[in-house]
Amino acid sequence: MLYREAGDFKTSYRADGQTFPIRLDRWAYYAAIAVAFLIVPFIINDYWASAVFVPFLIYAIAALGLNILTGYAGQVSLGTGGFMAVGAYAVYKLMTAFPEISIVIHILLAGGITAIVGMLFGLPSLRIKGFYLAVATLAAQFFLVWLFNKVPWFYNYSASGQINAPERTILGFAVSGPAASASTKYLVCLVFAFVLAWVARNLTRGTSGRKWMAIRDMDIAAEIIGVNPLAAKLSAFAVSSFFVGIAGALLFSVYLGAAEVGEAFGINKSFLVLFMIIIGGLGSIFGSFAGAAFMVLMPVLLKNLLVGGFGWPTDLAAHIELMIVGALIVFFLIAEPHGLARLWALTKEKLRLWPFPH
Amino acid sequence: MKLTFTAFAAATLMATAPAMADLVVPNLSYRTGAYGANGTQYADGFNDYFTLLNERDGGIGGEKIKVPECETAYNTEKGVECYEATKDTGALVYNPLSTGITYQLIPKVAVDKKVLYTPGYGRTSAKNGKVFEWVFNAPANYWDGASVAIKYLLDQNGGDLNGKKIALVYHNSAYGKEPVRTLQDLAEKHGFTLSELPVDAPGQEQKSQWLQIRREQPDYVIMWGWGVMNQVAIQEAANIRFPMENFIGIWWSGSEVDVVPVGAKANGYKALTFHGVGQDYPVYDDLQEYVIEPGKASQGGEHVGSVLYSRGMYAALVISEAIRKAQEIAGVSAISPEQLREGFEQLDITPERLEELGLPDFGPEIKLSCDNHGGSGMARMQQWDAEGGKWSLISEFTEPDQEILAPLIAEDSDAYAKEAGITPRDC
Repeated sequence: MLYREAGDFKTSYRADGQTFPIRLDRWAYYAAIAVAFLIVPFIINDYWASAVFVPFLIYAIAALGLNILTGYAGQVSLGTGGFMAVGAYAVYKLMTAFPEISIVIHILLAGGITAIVGMLFGLPSLRIKGFYLAVATLAAQFFLVWLFNKVPWFYNYSASGQINAPERTILGFAVSGPAASASTKYLVCLVFAFVLAWVARNLTRGTSGRKWMAIRDMDIAAEIIGVNPLAAKLSAFAVSSFFVGIAGALLFSVYLGAAEVGEAFGINKSFLVLFMIIIGGLGSIFGSFAGAAFMVLMPVLLKNLLVGGFGWPTDLAAHIELMIVGALIVFFLIAEPHGLARLWALTKEKLRLWPFPH
Repeated sequence: MKLTFTAFAAATLMATAPAMADLVVPNLSYRTGAYGANGTQYADGFNDYFTLLNERDGGIGGEKIKVPECETAYNTEKGVECYEATKDTGALVYNPLSTGITYQLIPKVAVDKKVLYTPGYGRTSAKNGKVFEWVFNAPANYWDGASVAIKYLLDQNGGDLNGKKIALVYHNSAYGKEPVRTLQDLAEKHGFTLSELPVDAPGQEQKSQWLQIRREQPDYVIMWGWGVMNQVAIQEAANIRFPMENFIGIWWSGSEVDVVPVGAKANGYKALTFHGVGQDYPVYDDLQEYVIEPGKASQGGEHVGSVLYSRGMYAALVISEAIRKAQEIAGVSAISPEQLREGFEQLDITPERLEELGLPDFGPEIKLSCDNHGGSGMARMQQWDAEGGKWSLISEFTEPDQEILAPLIAEDSDAYAKEAGITPRDC
């Protein structure tokens, strides 16, 4: 009754093509943005930043990146962890080599370097498809982790092979290092997530997004109607890796502060991000955020509930938590194989008709 | 949906925030994951010793000790979450039992003013208290371990390792890489050749490494392993019939869970340790009376007396002694982390004091100071007796080779000071 299109007249193509055609949606979006930018930074504390918001935003960026590649362009990738490692090590090398340059530039450059590496490992996608491509990207995952472990230059010859993020500032506020405040860390990640999501949305509904989707749906047909598969696939790898690289750079510099490649960027990370987009919804910007929220928040919430709320032993809670999260994933996928984004879309469709479904 | 979800999360968190009370010593443990079998025992020992103090003495200096536990699964991201969740509850000191998490916490504790105590693990150069003001790693660190192991081998070979071949099998992580540089320097000094064989985490797959050992026929194998990697390595060594008495593990590779699965073939396997073994100490009678019999033991007390249980207990003992010292210096019983730091710096656990605590000759003397946060670094060797199903001590506490270690520690801590922009204190 309230949530409807009726009365919301579009008088231009521009208005007709907007991301949120329904007024209520638009308001909800503006409200969410306002809360995220204007309210949360003032009330956030270290725990909320480190356990919930910062990882959520960083994983959302990674999920956006993988969604562009897998969800929009149809190229399955298991190399996300490796590409995040490229971003992390790139930003580490840049931060330590050029301390006087702003960390924002370093993070963007790290994304650029990852994009180049991603394109390199994306080359096989021109010959191989589907599961075979997944194996090729899996090779990238293992190769990159091995490389960062093996070559001491990447970790500046430190004794333990760990990389540590030194303190860097933006406008006088510490962003990385131990002195960074919760709200700065949150805001930096939020700005990156917001801008990148906006970029992703506009890329995917424009020419390049249409090309990716054409390739995804049927590459031969796409080629016949004039889509260049080389350009389309490699651009998908480049853009996706750029996002993933930025996520890796933020994960290392802003969130963790110290990292070790095998532990922080192992194959588990690749699967985690892949699960995020499968649960959230392939080929959906909202789905990337929903999937990241689900995979990051659910364990923290359950842990607080079971250990803090019920006083269970920590190991029992940890095992139960794995079971509950696993069961929920199975449940959601049975209930809606296209993920949370589809569930959300269905809810909205039903809401439009409510309370007169016929 | 996201909003209600967040609101729900907020509600549960608000409801569960622990109240400020007592002396809080969080136990960042791991009882799940690839390293859970080891982490569980350590966490139990850590919990039980504080339970003993609470039950027998009514805490330390009249203050009860609270040990909230938080599961990290040996995962750095969960470790950070645990640290953030507990740091505002009045936490005094952290002992995360993970080198990876330690690396993450080192810069944070300096800002949040919390003590980080990493006995036998963590960043070795934290021994230098001038740079690492808030971190303590007494009684021994990895480089001490590497040096003591080589000293033991020197002893076995009449003081000469020239031309010998030693292989290092290590966990390919910050933890496993720690001893590499020390061993390289020691190799140069004593003229043995060192071959490095990294094993990727978690370490179930080691066939190629042991094939290489079989081909190269080293005289000795030294291992830096943890969790499932230990069992697999000892099994593989048994499979290629590598003589067990020439196979030496660091203290994290020398517990019952590592050798029992291999059975009789593990007989003779050696490992370093920085504390005593077995239950032949008076403190266990008290534990029995006050903790185990009343049913207050952590997780039912099934691991009491194991190597890792003893190590967890020993860590708790050192922390409790530091708390006692801090109370003495500050003159108050409810101490702050700053005061505890003072307590750690002036810590002096003499052999007499250990005897009073019911653990005679259990550990080396620990005497810390403003610039020495690592103690003497003494360690000893233990050997597995598969038939008797127990470890026995086969050497006395040995001093490491400070001639090699001191410059390495100075170099590494200086590098950290430069990287993090710290001006070393005057001591």
